[in-house]
Amino acid sequence: MSERQIELEVLRYRPEMDDKPFFQTYSVPCQEEWVVLDALNYVKDEMDRTLSYRWSCHMFVCGSCGMAINGEPKLACKAFLRDYQTKIRIEPLSNFPIERDLVIVQDDFIEKLESVKPYIIPKQEKPIDQGEYLQTPAQLKAYKQYSMCINCLLCYSACPQYALEEKFIGPAALALAHRYNMDSRDVGRSAREHVVASHDGIWACSFVGACSQVCPKDVDPAGAIQQVKFTSAVDYLTSFLPGGKR
Amino acid sequence: MKVVNTDIVIIGAGGAGLRAAIAVAEADPTLNIALVSKVYPMRSHTCAAEGGAAGVVKESDSLDYHFNDTVSGGDWLTDQDAVELFVNEIPKELTQLEHWGCPWSREDTGKVAVRPFGGMKIMRTWYAADKTGFHMLHTLFQTSLKYSSIRRFDEFYTTDLMIDDGVCRGCTAIEMRSGEMTLFLGKTVIICSGGAGRIFPFTTNGAIKTGDGMAMAYRAGVPLKDMEFVQYHPTGLPGSGILLTEGCRGEGGLLVNKDGYRYLQDYDLGPPDPWPRLKAMELGPRDRLSQAFYHEQKKGRTIPSKWGDVVHLDMRHLGEKKINERLPLVRDLSRSYVGADPVTDLVPVRPVVHYMMGGIHTDINAATPMSGLYAAGECACVSINGANRLGSNSLGELLVFGARAGRHAVEYVKTVGTLEGDARIEKQAGDAESRIKSLFKRTGGKQRVAALRRDMNMTLEEGCGIYRDENSLIDTCTRIADVRARYRDVRLEDKSNVYNTDLYQTLELGAMIEVAQTVAISALQRKESRGAHQRLDFTARDDENYLKHTMAFYNPNGDPRIDYADVTITKSQPAARVYGGAAA
Repeated sequence: MSERQIELEVLRYRPEMDDKPFFQTYSVPCQEEWVVLDALNYVKDEMDRTLSYRWSCHMFVCGSCGMAINGEPKLACKAFLRDYQTKIRIEPLSNFPIERDLVIVQDDFIEKLESVKPYIIPKQEKPIDQGEYLQTPAQLKAYKQYSMCINCLLCYSACPQYALEEKFIGPAALALAHRYNMDSRDVGRSAREHVVASHDGIWACSFVGACSQVCPKDVDPAGAIQQVKFTSAVDYLTSFLPGGKR
Repeated sequence: MKVVNTDIVIIGAGGAGLRAAIAVAEADPTLNIALVSKVYPMRSHTCAAEGGAAGVVKESDSLDYHFNDTVSGGDWLTDQDAVELFVNEIPKELTQLEHWGCPWSREDTGKVAVRPFGGMKIMRTWYAADKTGFHMLHTLFQTSLKYSSIRRFDEFYTTDLMIDDGVCRGCTAIEMRSGEMTLFLGKTVIICSGGAGRIFPFTTNGAIKTGDGMAMAYRAGVPLKDMEFVQYHPTGLPGSGILLTEGCRGEGGLLVNKDGYRYLQDYDLGPPDPWPRLKAMELGPRDRLSQAFYHEQKKGRTIPSKWGDVVHLDMRHLGEKKINERLPLVRDLSRSYVGADPVTDLVPVRPVVHYMMGGIHTDINAATPMSGLYAAGECACVSINGANRLGSNSLGELLVFGARAGRHAVEYVKTVGTLEGDARIEKQAGDAESRIKSLFKRTGGKQRVAALRRDMNMTLEEGCGIYRDENSLIDTCTRIADVRARYRDVRLEDKSNVYNTDLYQTLELGAMIEVAQTVAISALQRKESRGAHQRLDFTARDDENYLKHTMAFYNPNGDPRIDYADVTITKSQPAARVYGGAAA
């Protein structure tokens, strides 16, 4: 197997000893088929035990290893070295506080995820012995794409609105709310509406679409938000009609 | 030290831990739950399971069929009372998950669809495309948010169980963002910390699968059961070890050698036609398929690649539409990692360490022999898997036994009343903290984490792989004992407190070495071949002497002590495992 020498410029920050973040360069002998994560693991094992970052599955599904690679939000396990030049710059995901090195603080996202009530709110509880709810492939398809989110936070890192206003509920959480709203087993849309359709919810999105571009799972949060805007607007207008809620 | 007072501590927030937490919250909403995990719940390795979860739901199927497949698949080392209970409860659990929103793939009628899986007589594997574990995990995590009694402690690394007078009362864990030691003090603990595939060098398991919970229980005196049974999944991508689901073969994928020959027909799994056919050829059990690869390799009929020898998985005849619909992740992973598109190319694969059949000894209520301590999921051994787990039984296992652990822990808490001894436990917690601090204070440690880990990995693969013998195992045991001794002089290079992954990798390595030793010693002492444990020097199954569970007990200064326990047999007497044409 052929080897390539790669210069990794990695952002370091250890709050107990560093006043501010700085770049540290590692010259790493890499195999041609490696991903950036493999190169980081080489650094960790052979060069510098003090470098910290999150990772686990190495197969694009656990969502741990999001980081900015040459300025672009990526999963490190899906960033193949063959697509990069000799120098690669690695930073923590932007728009989040740095906990240490490439590890970000994600409390804000977790709170937002919880705030949209991301679980089935059924019309009424159905006893288990009555079996499953019927859901046709077409009904499944209505929400399936939005259920694919791995919570990797690349979309928050790419979102210009979240960069400006951290109260913005943000792409992944809004897409997840939409996922449950679109599920034929769920009647919880009105229970989610006060968060989803609030000033900090869908209406804060300026539809740049960066979230959908960086999504490693093709969830298309921007599309989800546009759909919610449409249905919320229709709801709002129909509320003025005779028999409406207003 | 920070103290969190609670009722039930759950260690691990993957599928089993989340299911246990929800079961507790539903059984008694007044009980406080501390759900402690070294990662955020959605990072847990349940997310990597692809193919599905087996449960009898179709009219052509029966609980007896699922029972028989599981018992014979496990080469009669399964406990049949546990299997009976499991096959009976799993359809309800899968339906419950459906009610909670799991996006199961569907038939046109709207009913849940099933697919064929290895070693199963009837199609009964529920699936969500090829991301079943991912969807189950996220469904459980998101559903868990409904319950206010579940308090999560994400990114807390558990170090020790707290045991007072033989009763488990809690654990100590390090808050990873601060490095601060925290005592979780309650009335009972449920360990749901997953397997330990990372003890091997080539595995489908994520970085977090380091056997921490197994080692914790073991050090506390609870035996690890049947640890010699390690499952090799027959179809991993070479190089990375990434899993390609058994669903590839369930949907019709074929395994061929360098001559394009479906070699499984040479290993009592044929004839190859008619195809597709359940319990035959590519739909045989995992142990037999991985063993067949070994023999093909010996015969020189595998294909050399830059990552070592491989065979080919041929899915081309399935067509792009079906592959996109049923196996999208497989396509994505194959193209990215080995440059082979299943639609047009043969995909190189080889056997890869995937699952530990063994684990913390529990009964059918998920209770360990220690009062107050429960375990469920891959870290536990009930045993429904025996000597070889059938694909799509592990996702079911974590639901059934996760829920049972939760419910039985609630019953237990009701019986114990007020417990004394908090002061003694606080002292124990102080000792646990001192042990961590001593790692920081140690100067001159010579042993590097990465080097020790590599030595452990390589010796297990070399001596304790798909086939083993006396010499290879003695060598492995000797080398692991050496690694264990050297670990006492391990060097912590990062002495900081905030998210110190050098520290966690060091502690994980300590756990892995203990687990690895139980695997090797248990394998050495089992002088027969059964399921995933194949001895070149004892090639037959020996029911007279080894129809027994191996029990490995911790010994701080030497090899684990090995004992044996009876297998529970109710209605299926040990017989020959039959696959291929003879199974029809």
